[in-house]
Amino acid sequence: MLLCMTARAAESETLKAGIFNPARAAPDFSVQGSDGTPLTLSHYRGKVVVLAFGYTHCPNVCPVTLAILAQAHRNLGALGAQMQVIYLTVDPERDSAERLRQYLAAFDATFVGGTGTAVQMAAVRKAYGVTAEKVGDAKDYAVAHSSFVYLITREGKLRALMPFGHAADDYTHDISLLLN
Amino acid sequence: MGVVRLSHKHPWIPILAAAALSTVAWAAFTPVIFASREETFEIPKGTWARRMAGNKVEILPSHVYLTVGIRDVLLLKNQDDVPQIFGPTLMMPGQSFRLPFEVASSYQFACTAHASGQMTVVVDPQPDTPWRRLVWRSRRIFRIVA
Repeated sequence: MLLCMTARAAESETLKAGIFNPARAAPDFSVQGSDGTPLTLSHYRGKVVVLAFGYTHCPNVCPVTLAILAQAHRNLGALGAQMQVIYLTVDPERDSAERLRQYLAAFDATFVGGTGTAVQMAAVRKAYGVTAEKVGDAKDYAVAHSSFVYLITREGKLRALMPFGHAADDYTHDISLLLN
Repeated sequence: MGVVRLSHKHPWIPILAAAALSTVAWAAFTPVIFASREETFEIPKGTWARRMAGNKVEILPSHVYLTVGIRDVLLLKNQDDVPQIFGPTLMMPGQSFRLPFEVASSYQFACTAHASGQMTVVVDPQPDTPWRRLVWRSRRIFRIVA
């Protein structure tokens, strides 16, 4: 118990991301995976899950975030097999499972996307406190959305939140700490 | 000669000048120290109930000012009985969120608690030279007054 508390204290002193204390259980979800099979968070218990919200038409935040996560994954080397990036769409209207698969493959073939009905995806966003708002009415509308990324421990705890703007090295650092 | 004459006429001028000079010297050369690196904001118990009763409750300012190396950690605490969107994130009752900053910049967060829908965290560089300390202290006074 004491060892566990000491480890938690050391972790909170050193993570680059924002830390939740105490960490709560990350809300589970069941949506359609980009590989065509159901995607649940609990399926990845045992891995550190990096959970991002965005959409494939996103012009700036999402490509940057996904490129950074891909770099962090490469930086981790063999340890990278113990992390999983999950990218949930905030634009289920346009983001089909196949579109997500193609989009994510351009960054990293191991990344998994998730989509579903508008109601399903709104429920997941609500559980995580993520905001998403459609901007414009035209066909090429945008979605203003939360840009942070959640870090979920092997035990399924929502441990940390990385704001947009952190470098790949910061992710590598924090994911390594959470893995160890 | 003019200064000497002025001093005779207004003997308090040299005293004021010396006091101003001392203040500037103190502001420039005294290191900036805080007891804690954390800037803490807390949602007290009963906040949700007060909001539901129609009371306006502002806890988190729309602009938060931090300084690298001195006060560079934003600490949010939800002591209320219900989950709350606080700053950039959803926090459960009794939960805290500790966000460190290492780079001086202006950070924008979506925050539904504010009318603008945004919260800005301004992180100033570390005041590690006399000139920077002077600027830092002047800016701090200006922000408090403004």
